[in-house]
Amino acid sequence: MQKINHRHLIIGVMLSVTVMFILPNLIEHYTLSLLIIYSILALSLGFIWGFGGILCFGQAAFFGIGAYSYAVYAINIGESSIPFILAILTPALFALILGAVIFYGRLSDVYLGVITLVVTLILFRFASATAGPEYAIGKARLGGFNGMPNFQTLNIPGMPDRYIWDMDFYYLCFIIIIMCFIGLFFLTRSSFGRICIAIGQNEQRIELIGYDVRKYKTILFAIGGGLAGLSGALYASWAEIVTPNLFSLGQSAEIIIWCIVGGVGSLSGPILGAVLLGLLKYYFGQQSYIDNNLVLGFILIIFVLFLPNGLAPTLSQLWGKVFKRKNRQRKNLNSKRVRMPNKKAVS
Amino acid sequence: MSQVILETHNLSMKFGGVVAVDNVDFTLKENELRCLIGPNGAGKSTFFKCITGLHKPTSGNIYIQNEETTHWHTHEISQLGIGIKTQIPNVMDGLSVWENIWLSARRYNDVNNANRRVDEVIERIKITDIAKKMVGELAHGQRQRVELGIVLAADPWLVILDEPAAGMTGSDVDIMIEIIQEINRHAALIIVEHDMQFIKAIADKVTVFYQGSILMEDNIDNVLADQRVRDVYLGRKV
Repeated sequence: MQKINHRHLIIGVMLSVTVMFILPNLIEHYTLSLLIIYSILALSLGFIWGFGGILCFGQAAFFGIGAYSYAVYAINIGESSIPFILAILTPALFALILGAVIFYGRLSDVYLGVITLVVTLILFRFASATAGPEYAIGKARLGGFNGMPNFQTLNIPGMPDRYIWDMDFYYLCFIIIIMCFIGLFFLTRSSFGRICIAIGQNEQRIELIGYDVRKYKTILFAIGGGLAGLSGALYASWAEIVTPNLFSLGQSAEIIIWCIVGGVGSLSGPILGAVLLGLLKYYFGQQSYIDNNLVLGFILIIFVLFLPNGLAPTLSQLWGKVFKRKNRQRKNLNSKRVRMPNKKAVS
Repeated sequence: MSQVILETHNLSMKFGGVVAVDNVDFTLKENELRCLIGPNGAGKSTFFKCITGLHKPTSGNIYIQNEETTHWHTHEISQLGIGIKTQIPNVMDGLSVWENIWLSARRYNDVNNANRRVDEVIERIKITDIAKKMVGELAHGQRQRVELGIVLAADPWLVILDEPAAGMTGSDVDIMIEIIQEINRHAALIIVEHDMQFIKAIADKVTVFYQGSILMEDNIDNVLADQRVRDVYLGRKV
């Protein structure tokens, strides 16, 4: 079994922290915060898809539930700590129930895609149709298509007047994504993680060994839902409004495209995809010559045709080849160096 | 007297109008090695899938150690201590040989014991030289052995193998025969097989399937001498 290299992990964290301080000099921190939120969302799908083989077409549903849950709880409670936790737990619970129905019902992958897509559509329709005053949870009115503004954004725990915003919000998002990455890194190397990876590769064999595949997939699905909910809660605090568009099909499709472009099967791939495409979207959004979605679609086609593994695995393979070649050259050089003194000794 | 560990009563499996397994009564005793043979389409593999939970039988009952398992899921049947190997090597191609076997050992052991168990199994089935290789890179015969390693790592008391020698070369078959005989010292086996040379080398008692039913059940010499079995294999109607 692959052992955890703690030295690499510590170096990785130190590098990430350095990058965290350098990035705001290059890109506006408001945009960076959004890119990190998108990265967590991409990671939520990349994790369940790449490691457990669960391709969910409705990850936006959990993202939206997370955002709406945060807004509803924040309006009712006033302080952000508990709403933030509940905004992770609510979509995780929703994913757990939905996952249990799908996996214990032994529905095939095609139906998994269809059901998650339909659930997203239902939530979108429902959230859009809640304009009336009767659609309220406690003090929180759902607001229909206009969404829900005016809720408490993130604050320092126990201090509702001390908001976490501006650069602090960016730092918080960065620390959260590092924590998510490390958490998932350890999870993939735990027994649970190894079993999930094996399920993604050969579900029947794992069942023949005696593992209850349904249980593992349901838990994995719930973890993905919770992660998407976390990004939803951060998004709600970033945008200061939640609207039904969070549940849109476009949002769901975008998450899948991030993962395909970045590459599934690694934790860094989905993050890379979300950041690169998010940046592209940001820059293309500033001009009016060409439609954003056209560019996204074009990039997707290019990747599916020429880089089907995605960016991260391709870069990793290239790195491996270059590194191997350098090692070989160094070995050859060393062996020549060893022979030279022998010649001298002979002469 | 040996105890019955697996039995089926009137087991049937239909796919639409096709009867693949027809009212089969079958018993297996402790430490027995039983081969299931028969021509293509005789129902052996469907019977295998019924007793391992991969198919839910249309009617009849399956009992494993006096417990009815007819409608159990595969993982529940496996958890009874039964090792199952399917016809096509059913392995995780993207993981190493060691990891493949570890997943099975980990199911019934803590991490340290699982690690020790994997090393034991790898040595036992003679794949030490390929232990670190990715399974996807291996030849067919090696993949078959890796799958057998997965089965053995759980230390089963009953092993059910579907065509373990399929697609293997001569030396691989010899190793497989050796491994099967070694397994049989501690566990009972049901082996679905086509290769008569292989069956002759390992079989004690043989059950012949024909058109979904049991045609005969006897020791290997009597089975091979029986005219009905010869006719069945030559495609003549019995």
